[in-house]
Amino acid sequence: MSKAYETVIGLEVHVELATRTKIFCGCSTAFGGAPNTHTCPVCTGMPGSLPVLNKAVVEKAMAVGLATNCNITRNCKFDRKNYFYPDNPQNYQISQLYYPICRDGKVEIEVEGKKKFVRIHEIHMEEDAGKLVHDPYTDSSLVDFNRSGVPLIEIVSEPDMRSADEVIAYLEKLRLIIQYLGASDCKLNEGSMRADVNLSVREVGAEEFGTRTETKNLNSFKAIARAIENERERQIDLIESGEKVVQETRRWDDTKEYSYPMRSKEDAQDYRYFPDPDLVPIHISDEWIEEIRSKQPEFRDEKRARYREEYQIPDYDIDIITNSKKLADIFEDTIALGAAPKKVSNWLMVETMRLLKENVMDPEDIKFTAKNLAKLIKLVDARTINGNVAKEVFEHVFAEDIDPEAYVKEHGLATVNDEGALKTACEAAIAGNSKAVEDYKGGKEKALGALVGQVMKAMKGKADPGSVNQMLRELLK
Amino acid sequence: MTITDETIDYVGILAKLELSAEEKEQAKKDMSDMLDYVGKLNELDTDNVEAMSHTFPYNNVFREDVVTNGDDRENLLKNAPEEKDGCYKVPKTFD
Amino acid sequence: MDLMSLTAVTLGKKIKAGEVSVAEAAKACMDSIERYDSEYNCFVTVADREGVMKQAEEIQKKIDNGELTGPLAGVPVAIKDNMCLNGMLTTCSSKILSNFVPTYTSEAVEKLIEAGMVIVGKTNMDEFAMGSTTETSYYGETKNPWDKNKVPGGSSGGSAAAVAAEEVVCALGSDTGGSIRQPASFCGVTGIKPTYGRVSRYGLIAYGSSLDQIGPLAKDVTDCAALLEIISQYDKKDSTSVNRDDNDFTGALVDDVKGLKIGLPRDYFSEGLDPDIKDAVYAAAKKLEEKGAIVEEFDLGMVEYTIPTYYIIAAAEASSNLERFDGVKYGYRTDSYTDLHNMYKKSRSEGFGPEVKRRIMLGSFVLSSGYYDAYYVKALKAKALIKRAYDKAFEKYDIILGPVAPTTALKMGESLSDPIKMYLGDVYTVPVNLAGLPGISLPCGYDRDGMPIGLQMVSDAFNEKTIIRAAYAYEQTREYKRPADVAERGQN
Repeated sequence: MSKAYETVIGLEVHVELATRTKIFCGCSTAFGGAPNTHTCPVCTGMPGSLPVLNKAVVEKAMAVGLATNCNITRNCKFDRKNYFYPDNPQNYQISQLYYPICRDGKVEIEVEGKKKFVRIHEIHMEEDAGKLVHDPYTDSSLVDFNRSGVPLIEIVSEPDMRSADEVIAYLEKLRLIIQYLGASDCKLNEGSMRADVNLSVREVGAEEFGTRTETKNLNSFKAIARAIENERERQIDLIESGEKVVQETRRWDDTKEYSYPMRSKEDAQDYRYFPDPDLVPIHISDEWIEEIRSKQPEFRDEKRARYREEYQIPDYDIDIITNSKKLADIFEDTIALGAAPKKVSNWLMVETMRLLKENVMDPEDIKFTAKNLAKLIKLVDARTINGNVAKEVFEHVFAEDIDPEAYVKEHGLATVNDEGALKTACEAAIAGNSKAVEDYKGGKEKALGALVGQVMKAMKGKADPGSVNQMLRELLK
Repeated sequence: MTITDETIDYVGILAKLELSAEEKEQAKKDMSDMLDYVGKLNELDTDNVEAMSHTFPYNNVFREDVVTNGDDRENLLKNAPEEKDGCYKVPKTFD
Repeated sequence: MDLMSLTAVTLGKKIKAGEVSVAEAAKACMDSIERYDSEYNCFVTVADREGVMKQAEEIQKKIDNGELTGPLAGVPVAIKDNMCLNGMLTTCSSKILSNFVPTYTSEAVEKLIEAGMVIVGKTNMDEFAMGSTTETSYYGETKNPWDKNKVPGGSSGGSAAAVAAEEVVCALGSDTGGSIRQPASFCGVTGIKPTYGRVSRYGLIAYGSSLDQIGPLAKDVTDCAALLEIISQYDKKDSTSVNRDDNDFTGALVDDVKGLKIGLPRDYFSEGLDPDIKDAVYAAAKKLEEKGAIVEEFDLGMVEYTIPTYYIIAAAEASSNLERFDGVKYGYRTDSYTDLHNMYKKSRSEGFGPEVKRRIMLGSFVLSSGYYDAYYVKALKAKALIKRAYDKAFEKYDIILGPVAPTTALKMGESLSDPIKMYLGDVYTVPVNLAGLPGISLPCGYDRDGMPIGLQMVSDAFNEKTIIRAAYAYEQTREYKRPADVAERGQN
């Protein structure tokens, strides 16, 4: 085991495009319908049905290609990939082999301060398969074609990555670009972003690549990291023991933390690609490319620079906020509604992050609107509510996007600005806590806190802590 | 071109066809004859000819991204050989 | 009067004039099918009589109140059994679709229905349109009304024979390599294969997607033009459908070929062509010349490469198109199986006939790893050369005139034993599909046994009007002849 090995990794990343309809028919792509309720003769492979291409798919694929520095193929075509499986209704998948829409791109990644490029070999468009569910009662499988025909792009990288960290940095980079474009929500756990890992090992310094395997079914960054480590070790073990790595497709089992070969006798992996005669070629003009390019949004790096300049918030905050298109959108929209950048950033960095973590959610899952966050900040600024009440109200904003003004009114949460009531409460607190009063007068500033707490309690939290503080000091003079 | 048993078996896997011994012999002969016959194309010089997958130069036929289909499950499942819970039922695909 | 002996347009006129009711026409058609189809087996499925009569009544109302004004409103029509019709068994003459009832209707048939035509049933064909004899049907072969011991041609043999046998006045067929023109020729009727893209393929169960076109079969050019006018409409459900505004084909029914330049490919008249056919085609050329056309012989080229090119491309596309028949979503599933792949293999092996399996195997092979370039890409290049040969010809000629097939109808069983020999019979028809061009087949004579001979006219893409005009002009020099058995019916 004295030899040192290098891991060589390329990725095939499938991304479900956020279109309203499927790639070749007018069925909805919405999640969560009852089985087969989003299907038609086209996406269930009925005889005589024909595909017609959704223009939005081409435009989204082009947008991703431009954002990843690809060349757009001016004359691209669809090909049929032939293989039998029940989730594949025609038993061929419409995909692109010979003339994919994008080629020769690259994205920059950064791992531990070191920057490098990962080259993109190609991006092609294709249709998703249906879903198979095992039915334990009849020991058979049930096919649901709701996902059949949902548009995908497959982003194929060159074998440019050397570690799991680089792989994850690359995936994060793709995710951000695609989310910023609005081309997909890119959720690994829900399958709207899926990565297959092509991996080989070679001795450090070797020029030739080793034999590679492809590992599928990786549903999280953790699974990807584990599968990479596992496959690297498996291949090194084989080489060290004088055996050969077999070029094959393996399936990762994340609960058992190992992979196994997928190939069976009935699976020849000979897909007999040929141009689909049912679809006509796509001709992409300079004008069309420019039109798509002109609609490209401000990407993360540009946003970071601008935030630094415009908003004077810490770099750490900028990094977190721009790491999600959703957060960045809320941030900018809330500021546009008049809130101070630092205050918005605080709400996002502290309370929002806490609630996301507690609810095991991604920033992309955020439901609340900038409008209601802006209103909440305004209520605090106007001292209509105090900080604690604001946090409580925000929990409801976060969960249900309620209108904070209406909510505060309805639940009587506004700060009580009645001087008389406040004075009475303060006097009662002083009278009932002689020890704290003594301590305070003896110079212990902290003792005042206990008195404030008593007053807040008496006021049911609806007092402004600053006013309470001031009133107590007056009375204790 | 001679077609071997292995080739016929391999094509049978690709095409999902199971041939009897007799059919297999016939298939070997038919395919061999046919490949010899279509081999005539090798006489043609096609070095500078572009493969013509689409006969006419039409391109860019698109749909707009608008939902036009509703729930047609009941109709579509009418022809299913086996159905369960609104799904097409097939022999198990999981181990 | 036997209504089924009329042409479709004549029958349509009588219905419009109120001389014949839609119900009378429908009844005459259903009666004729009921009475004669057992002799010829033109139909796989005959529509339910009650439903047909009800439809006839509704159409009559729409004609009476002026909603339906087209020339074929109220006329009964048959469709080939590879076109889906909502609620009616659609088998492609295969066991694998023996229980398939579509819940949607093919676009071309939808157009017939919109025009007020009454669909009376689904006609027999070669299984999945693979064949030239209608003998590969799972539902038995169709017989040629001119001689019941002979094949009607194929694959639209049921449609052609039904017209010739006067079970219907007109029908739709589909043509991938001659499947409308060749049976029209064998049965002494007229058929048009339109330019690729002229008629929507939506709902047509695909054989070779880049080659398939639906077209009319009827007694004469006028009927074919009228039917073609109805079914030729742009369809956004078919990406290969072409949006054009020159679908008024009946306007081209003009008896005038003066100055029309007609080319006779010398290479069509060499070995293998029946001398009776050769004579009949030359005689037809002469007739057209007498009417003022300019007829010349020329070398088309590429003729011997068309069959290999066609069979590689068609088989490759078919192997993929027919993958969807797997016992999962519709159609036949084998009774017993051990697992998924066994279910696939048994369902398909039991469900497909020998010719279909032969083409699926060939197609899977030519697309497989290591052979794709040598066979499939080579064929696509040969196709480009074939297209080039036609392009060159059409720089000089308006029409290419020639035979439809090297022989007249063959005896039953004669061709099935030798596939390549059978394929060679398509030599004059397949290049037209490869180049996407329109072609018409119409009767031009009879051989020594009295079997009909077909004449083929081909024009450049989307020039259907040119061949309709020339065919119409030629047709004026002849009388429509009925098969002896059919002609004798009235006398009994």
